[in-house]
Amino acid sequence: MSGAGEIGQPPARVSSALRRHPGAIVLLTLLALFALAALFAPAIAPQNPYDLASLDILDSELPPVWLDGGSWTYPLGTDAQGRDLLSAVLYGLRVSMLVGVLAVVIQAAIGIPLGMLAGYSGGRADTLVTRFADIQLSLSTLMLAIVALALFRTWLGADSLGANAVPILVVVIGLAEWPFFARTARAGVMSEKAKDYVRAARALGATDAAIIRRHIFPNILSPLIIVAAIGIANAIMAEAALSFLGLGMPPTRPSLGTLIRSGYDLIFAGAWWVTLIPGAVLVALLLTINLLGDSLRDALDPRLQDRGGSVTV
Amino acid sequence: MDAIRPAASFLLQRLVQMLLVMLAILAIAFAVRSSLGDPIRELTGQAASASERAELREELGLNDSWPVQFGRYLKGAATGDLGTSYIYKRSTLGVILDKFPASFELVLAASLIVVLLSIPGGIYCAVKPRSLGAKLVLGFSVLGVSVPVFLTGILLISLFSVLWGWLPAFGRGETVSVFGWESSFLSLDGLEHLLLPAVTLSSIMLPLFIRLIRSAMLDELGRDYVRTARAKGVSRIHIWIGHALRNAWLPVIAQAGLQFGNLLAFTLLTETVFQWPGMGFLFLEAVTRADIPLITTYLVVVGAIFVVTNTIADLMSLALDPRVSLEAAR
Repeated sequence: MSGAGEIGQPPARVSSALRRHPGAIVLLTLLALFALAALFAPAIAPQNPYDLASLDILDSELPPVWLDGGSWTYPLGTDAQGRDLLSAVLYGLRVSMLVGVLAVVIQAAIGIPLGMLAGYSGGRADTLVTRFADIQLSLSTLMLAIVALALFRTWLGADSLGANAVPILVVVIGLAEWPFFARTARAGVMSEKAKDYVRAARALGATDAAIIRRHIFPNILSPLIIVAAIGIANAIMAEAALSFLGLGMPPTRPSLGTLIRSGYDLIFAGAWWVTLIPGAVLVALLLTINLLGDSLRDALDPRLQDRGGSVTV
Repeated sequence: MDAIRPAASFLLQRLVQMLLVMLAILAIAFAVRSSLGDPIRELTGQAASASERAELREELGLNDSWPVQFGRYLKGAATGDLGTSYIYKRSTLGVILDKFPASFELVLAASLIVVLLSIPGGIYCAVKPRSLGAKLVLGFSVLGVSVPVFLTGILLISLFSVLWGWLPAFGRGETVSVFGWESSFLSLDGLEHLLLPAVTLSSIMLPLFIRLIRSAMLDELGRDYVRTARAKGVSRIHIWIGHALRNAWLPVIAQAGLQFGNLLAFTLLTETVFQWPGMGFLFLEAVTRADIPLITTYLVVVGAIFVVTNTIADLMSLALDPRVSLEAAR
């Protein structure tokens, strides 16, 4: 039963692959910092940006500390309502990452079982899942999400959509991109199921469910981790785009995309930081995750290099 | 085997498929319209009495069973009548088609930039993979993928419009009418207004296409026919352009077809940033003001554009690649 142990269990493989790529360690540390900042935003943030009582309109549109007129009271400056931008960005990061991670959990929960089923059983189930995934991928996920949220907004009204924005965004973005998980899981199962250890397990009387869960799944985990990383970046990007259009998180509970939207008009008044600082944080987060996904892919599966995002199977 | 017949039946199959997809889109649009919209309230306002409303309901056929209403909707759709906009008080299709030139020219200009830059960029990265230039181009492409299109737009506006004041930040500026088509290409002011939105829109597609062309070229350059051509003394440039690029086109075109939906979404975002008076900007206005007939007509129009371009992309790869088997392309 320890056949798979020689090459190391996938998590071990991931960590040893990362050790050989020093750049990946840096990226992982950055990602951990982002995650910690998001997780502990209420504790770190100097101000509660949702608490309207703590805002002072006289402090509105103050520049960051390194510009003339900036002060350490508001290190990144303030927005049009006098809200501390550092606090707003920390809370926004929290919302953006929450939506991104939860959406990918939904994608994985739909895509992995369907893909494994398709790859393991083959035949009609396989055709059905593959065809469905193809159709879904030929539609644009972002366009579908925009249309879905536009309809939600018309149906519920802007206020009610705003109040339920997190679950709606999570479900819409989650439903949109499951095919990537399904394809990867299917391809993994198809290549694993013919291997000796699977046949050995079957000969020993293991049931299909046990073979899939205990033997195949651990071995296809690494490519799925890559898909998840890229999926989180895509989900965060989609959420930001929807919020920028006014179809996502409301101004009362802003994500990074909402902050960019509400600061957008101020660039014409010269207060560029209100929109570009949340923007820079968003880009840094996306870049970290994308680069980490790339180096994971290079480390774990050299064959997949340069195939990122390509939809040929 | 007769080569024409499978091609013709494939074409027919595609046409039927197109019609079915359009029917599905119309059904969704109809369902949204009949469940969300209340034309009576929009038409009469507060003043009308209950009996007047009931009368109008009957007159408009809103009491008919839904298959009858759907039939009427389809009949209207066939003649180009998809409803009346609440905001503009005229045919929704007319309102949307008026905005079509603006969106089309934006996409055209962005596509020109993508084509002109991605082909040399992609080839260069494939033939000189270890050069500094290739690493820079690929590094830029990772950055490009990670910067959302609306942020690129905001950044360009704050630099070129606000800080330096070189280029206009919003609107279409002066357009020249050519047979009723309002064009930005024919006036300097129009071109100035077009530049930033087009660069913004291309910034998100460019990295993807450079990567695509690069990896398709790398595939081709590793093949035997390239080695043979080189052994025969064919010049490098001729091998790259005349042989490898010709074959590398196919996966690129197939991918381009798949990217079209994303292009629509990115266009919508770009139009929002630059207040570009195109179809996407109109759609968001319709959403904000809950103009349901306009929203559903937009869905139908975008669905139609999407179906047509996807079919064209399929047919193109069929026409360009004799190896695509008609059986497999089903």
